[in-house]
Order: sequence, then structure tokens, then C-alpha cells
Amino acid sequence: MSKTGPRPGPPRLVVGAAAVLVVVTAAVVVFIAWRGLATFLVNKVHPFEFLAGVVWRPDRPAAEGGPLVGILPFLAGSVIVSTLAVAMSTPLSVASAVFVTEVAPNWGLRVLQPAIEVFAGIPSVVYGWVGLNVLVPFIRNHLGGLGFSVLAGALVLSVMVMPTIVGVAVDALKAVPLELKNAAYGLGSTRWQFIRYVLLPAARGGVLTGVVLGLSRAFGETLAVQMVIGNTRLVPRSLLSPAVTLTSGIAMDMGHTAAGSLWNNALWSMALVLLATSFLFIVVIRLVGGKGAAG
Amino acid sequence: MMVSVLCTSALVPGCSRKDAGGPAGSLVIAGSTALQPLVDQAAKQFMANNTRVQITVNGGGSGAGLTQVAEGSIDIGDSDIAAEEMPGVDASKLVDHKVAVVGFAVVANPRVGVDNLTQRQLIDIFTGRLTNWKELGGADQRIVVINRGKGSGTRAAFKQWALRGNEEIESMNVDSSGEVRQTVAATPGAISYLAFSYLDDSVKVLNLDGVAPTVENVTSGRYPVWSYEHMYTKGDPGPLAKAFLDYILSDAVQKSLVTRLGYIPVADMQVTR
Repeated sequence: MSKTGPRPGPPRLVVGAAAVLVVVTAAVVVFIAWRGLATFLVNKVHPFEFLAGVVWRPDRPAAEGGPLVGILPFLAGSVIVSTLAVAMSTPLSVASAVFVTEVAPNWGLRVLQPAIEVFAGIPSVVYGWVGLNVLVPFIRNHLGGLGFSVLAGALVLSVMVMPTIVGVAVDALKAVPLELKNAAYGLGSTRWQFIRYVLLPAARGGVLTGVVLGLSRAFGETLAVQMVIGNTRLVPRSLLSPAVTLTSGIAMDMGHTAAGSLWNNALWSMALVLLATSFLFIVVIRLVGGKGAAG
Repeated sequence: MMVSVLCTSALVPGCSRKDAGGPAGSLVIAGSTALQPLVDQAAKQFMANNTRVQITVNGGGSGAGLTQVAEGSIDIGDSDIAAEEMPGVDASKLVDHKVAVVGFAVVANPRVGVDNLTQRQLIDIFTGRLTNWKELGGADQRIVVINRGKGSGTRAAFKQWALRGNEEIESMNVDSSGEVRQTVAATPGAISYLAFSYLDDSVKVLNLDGVAPTVENVTSGRYPVWSYEHMYTKGDPGPLAKAFLDYILSDAVQKSLVTRLGYIPVADMQVTR
């Protein structure tokens, strides 16, 4: 193959593919926004009532003061469960990433890499199934409550987000320049001092990106959480209370609502909230990813 | 192709093929997942008898079935709930075909120590006024109410006929009848409700006002918690839809498939609503 002339072929296809991707993404955003805003524009629900309301009774007749579409229980459930999952998962994930890159780069990577890939490839229904049969009875018998709880959801999610955090963190740690390592050791650092004071600060941007990606993954997960969290539309009072998330709330109601009804529109608005959250995560990733030497 | 179309539409003599004159064409049906097994099986049998018919049966939920049939995007919409009770659906254009009856039983964890509830007690449990099985003469065990999802047809029927329309407390929601059975069997103090076809020994079936939830008690009108399964068409059904609905209401389906799948034949009902 000669490299002298301009190569024929791909460009038009590539541009076309990119254009399709952009158009499809834009179409999805516009569609969700259009359906999601109907709650406020057509049904005249006040956005504050929607976001801060604690009562979800879209089926309550008007004569009894309904319908009510407050999504705070869903929002609170999603935020609490995802944050908790990432908080539990991050120390373990970052430590694993350090282990693989610094402590045992040879066999560590050979063993951990496939393990992480297997983790990432397990379908969420399997995580949920295991959680339902192992975690839920365990929590019920040893910690109390129903077993279906915020804690069960967070534990299942903490395992599910690990591949994301470890994967991104490993890449970030690997990208730290060798000169920094040599300099640190040259100045007499121990391995711990190098990891603590040089490696992690230098890779901070990348590691944080992994954490935010993990958070975003946790926020969007539906099925596995739905199976163990107990789907109760109340703001949870403790780790052992059942709760509900935005995604499982949509999944549970969507098949039963008629298009164009307030109930259906409110579900679209919840989808819009999820979309807005993922935009927020992207912005945060851009911000933290920009910082840090290896970012 | 042309020949077969002519044969069906005109029923002309001279079409001597075996199934000539029988219905031909395609039907798209969607909606209730509770009704789906029955419609699915009936469609398979119908297609076996009428080789030029193609029937597609999808789920999607009662809401989706009603919306789509009202829009005219499908031929028949299946629903556990009467169209009049589904918010956002214009029921005036829809024609109801009641194809089966489903009975619902109150079920509890086997260790609650209670066999019978009055309807008043049942309402008090589901509205949160009774919270311990002890108050009902059972074990000292907190009552854990488990509901189906808010849009479930089973939940709607239960609320209407067992709770007399009283609004349930917020509680754990479970996505399907199979999950209800599993959760009630595993959770101490749990109470919920299931269609008759889902009942088994893993859960305790409670009598209501002293009446056992059985097919006989439903058909005789003594047991009140049951509802119709509906198949809706937009306006009067077309020839093929009508042929299929007639088939579902024929003895061939009502006397075998309907009872085998745990529904109650409409014709057996001595009471109507």
C-alpha cells in the first residue's frame, strides 16, 4: 500500500457515521425533553412540586386531591444508593488499581485484568439475582428489616461499578510519567511514600474521572437495583429501609400508563431528570479530567 | 397471492383449496402481560387451523395495549383494566370484548397464624391501620404489605373489589406475580394478592369473610375479588379480528385453554358486572 497519494475510501463513510451519531443523539435529547416538559407545560405541574414533592400518587382521582407526582423519593433513592455504592467501591477499586500498577505489575495485571473483565461482562440481572438470593436474606436475618433495602442496593451496585473505576484508575496510574517515579525513588522515597505523595496526586484527575463514571453507571443501573431495593416510594429513613430509584420507578410504571396522560408525562420527566444528571456527570468529568498531571 | 386474496374476499365458488374461504390476513395484538399467555396460545391454535392468517401477540402492559388500539396502530388491545378506568385513554371509541375472568386471592407468609380475614380487616391492613398479625389473632409479627406496581391490572382489580377503592399505603412494590409469590413466601409477616393461577403451597391462601377463593365461589358470586380480562377493538372488529375473538369465546378455547391456564370461562359466570 502506497502512502504517497491521498487514500481513497473511508472519509465519506466516516463523516456520514459521525453525522448519524450526532443526529441520533440530538434526536433522543429533543424527544425526551419534548415529552418530559409536557408535565410542566401541558399538565401545569410546578417544577418545584415535581422535584421536591414526596407523594407519588399519579392515579389518585382529582376528587381526592390527586393526581400527585412528587419524585423526591425516587431522586433521594437514586442519589443515596449510587453515592453509597461509589463510596464503598472507590477505596477498594483505587487500591486494586495501585496494586496492579505498582505492587505486582506482572502477575497482578494478568490475574486482575481478566477478573475485572469478567465482572464487567456479567449481565446486571445476574448481579440482581445473586443479591436477591444471598444479600437480601442475609440482611433480613442478621441486620433486620425486610432485607430489601438501601444497603442491599448499594452493595450490589458497589460491585457493579468496580470494573469502571478500576479500569479508568489503572489507565490513569499507568499514564503517570516514569520520571516522577525515578525522581521519587532517587530522593529516597519508600514505595508507600511514592504512592501516597506522588503517584495518587499526579493521577488524581484520571482517578476522579473513574469515580464519576462509576457514579454515573450506578445512577443509570435499573434492573439489579430494582430486584433488591424493595421499590417503596418513600424517602428512606435508614440503610435498612426499602427505597426506590428513578430508573426502577420508570421501569415499574411505564407499561401501564397511557401515552399523553399526566402519569406517562411524569415518567418522561423523570427520564429528563436522568438525562440532565448524566449531562452534569459529563461536565464534572470534563472539569476534573482537565486537572491533574496525568488527566 | 392474487388468487388467495380473491378467494378470501369474495368467498367465490371455484376456490377449491382446503382452507379457501377461511379468513386470511394479519392481526397485531398487544397489551396486558397477564392475558398474553392465553391470547398467545389461542393465536397459535387459530393459525394452525387457518394457515393464511398471521397473528402477532405482544406484551407491553395494559396501558400500552389500550393506547395503541385507540390510536389504531394495533388491531386488538389486551387489558386487565376497563378502558374507562385508564387515565388518558378515550374509551368512547373502543369496543370491549370480555374473554375471561380472573379471580384474585389474598396470600400471606405461611407463618402468620391467620386463616381468615374480614374485608374490613383487609382494608385496615392495606391502609396501614392494622400493623401486627397479633391484632388479628395470629403471630406477634409485624405486617409487611407487598403491592404490585401502581399500574398493574392485578393491583387495580384488588383495590377496586377487595379494598373497595381505598388507597393503599406506600409499601414495597413488586414487578410481577411470580415475584410476589417468591417475596411473600420468603418475607416473615408478608401479605399480598395473586391471581388464582399463581397460587401454590409456598404461600398461605387466606379466606375472605369466611369464603375460600375458589373458582366455584367466583362463578357463584360468593367471592367478590375477580375481574374481567378485556380485548378491545377500535370500533367494531374487522372480519379477521371478529373471527379470532369468536374463536377465543368458542368452547374450543373457553373449555380447555382458558381453564388450563387458570382463568375462568366467561360463560360459567352466574353473576355479571
